[in-house]
Amino acid sequence: MDIMAFIMTFINALPGNVAQGLIWGIMGIGVFITYRILDIADLTVDGSMCTGGAVCIMMMLAGHNPWVALIASVVAGMLTGFVTGILHTLLGIPAILSGILTQIALYSVNLKIMTRANQSISVDKYDLLVSLRYVRDVPLLRNTIFFIAVLIIILIALLYWFFGTELGCSLRATGCNGNMARAQGINTNRNKVLGLMISNGLVALSSALLVQYQGFADVNMGRGAIVIGLAAVIIGEAILGKVFRNFALRLLAVAFGSIIYYLVLQFVIMIGVDTDLLKLFTAAVVAIFLSIPYLKKTYWTKPVRRGGK
Amino acid sequence: MLEILDIYKTFNPGTVNEKCALNGLSLTMDDGDFVTVIGGNGAGKSTLLNAIAGTWLVDEGKILIDGVDVTKLPEHKRAKYLGRVFQDPMTGTAASMGIEENLALAKRRGKSRTLKVGIRKSEREEYKELLKILDLGLEDRLTSKVGLLSGGQRQALTLLMATMQKPKLLLLDEHTAALDPKTAAKVLETTELMVKRNNLTTLMITHNMKDAILHGNRLIMLKDGKIILDIRGEEKKKLTVEDLLHKFEEASGEEFTNDSAILG
Repeated sequence: MDIMAFIMTFINALPGNVAQGLIWGIMGIGVFITYRILDIADLTVDGSMCTGGAVCIMMMLAGHNPWVALIASVVAGMLTGFVTGILHTLLGIPAILSGILTQIALYSVNLKIMTRANQSISVDKYDLLVSLRYVRDVPLLRNTIFFIAVLIIILIALLYWFFGTELGCSLRATGCNGNMARAQGINTNRNKVLGLMISNGLVALSSALLVQYQGFADVNMGRGAIVIGLAAVIIGEAILGKVFRNFALRLLAVAFGSIIYYLVLQFVIMIGVDTDLLKLFTAAVVAIFLSIPYLKKTYWTKPVRRGGK
Repeated sequence: MLEILDIYKTFNPGTVNEKCALNGLSLTMDDGDFVTVIGGNGAGKSTLLNAIAGTWLVDEGKILIDGVDVTKLPEHKRAKYLGRVFQDPMTGTAASMGIEENLALAKRRGKSRTLKVGIRKSEREEYKELLKILDLGLEDRLTSKVGLLSGGQRQALTLLMATMQKPKLLLLDEHTAALDPKTAAKVLETTELMVKRNNLTTLMITHNMKDAILHGNRLIMLKDGKIILDIRGEEKKKLTVEDLLHKFEEASGEEFTNDSAILG
């Protein structure tokens, strides 16, 4: 393939990739809340990344309004986070394991919601909010990229407000230093549950939008979602972390990170890399970025003497 | 103010690591008392503080703060009555949050946290005035992340946070042990200042006998989870390190085993 044709193909695919990146960006923001704010790697998302879509598609197929379906999806996602939170705080199961348990349980739940392994919804028959078909040659207000971008800005504004409130600050303190939080009278268990609910609510919202966008839901669509979410968080920080210090901008960086992830993915596919290897490639990239702070601390800094116990 | 009635705590019961850390300990503190706590390693000093703070629940006995039975209350609910400063300067503050955010969290100790804004504008002026008392120049760094502060600065800030919402009881758990001698002296000075300023009832663990003698109006010594010495009033004022070592040997029939407590 000559270079011009390559660039043209890439540009043609650009709107679709940006739209998909933005939708997954909402999921990435959800992961940011657990991973960066609560300091919990929450694996529930691999399950809730299907639950949201499953609820949304079944409600729309049953004739409900797309907005109602979207809200129901968010509530379903929050419930999944609630379950993980209770397993972790009330029953004392380690956070990672709690997430894995919920995720596995959700596989069955998702199958029951959809009644079979996959369901599809036609853009011609239903009034979808976003779709593959709406990324070009449609009025601006109908454009999926515009729609998701506005939605992300609203979500970031809401989250920025929330994490600046008394309750939001106490949630940040919970993730930063649990001992300090409890000494200041903060119920850290309740806050962890709340954080997991908000996070999974966002993941389910992303899932519901993704299902509308691609026109189908599949019981395996959430597999490995946590890795993509982490990739979005990490790529965003690596590229924009130095300039984006403000909390709202850090959330925006996650959405950018997600878009870049999908552009790189597209590029890698186009240069002919075996698509079977894509997950391996993603995992390797995330592993490298996650290990950098540790490697820096352990091998690349001189030991500093400090007053210790 | 504080009543501890016959509390027991055993860690890892039924295993080879079984450790009876509190063994029928009782202590009553009056309003305005400043009690210093000393004892060898494993005597139960920190365990006593954690029992009061509610880090875990005691096996037996009762704990009352200002007449309220807190024995079964979880840690975050007891926080309403308690100000705490920990041994490790990292423990008392949230490193990734700003100085003003930490103060705002402390100001709301014991109150329900709502969806109102986390720091009101009027609070900032109040915090500036409070930080001036510390004399560390922190009043000009309200938005700096606490993680950038030194250990001594963090302990001073933690002290301020523990006392700004006047606690019924201030718990200090060897809060100068991790600091260099000069910083430790400065933090102790700040401690005295805060205690006097707010007229606080205080329980201070220290590893340093001199500090234990110098500060407070009452001194207790722990051994094997019990109080073996309780010195107050005039007797406390005249106390020396030699007296204390002698009394320890009399009370326990052993030599004092914590060198740093004697030399420090």
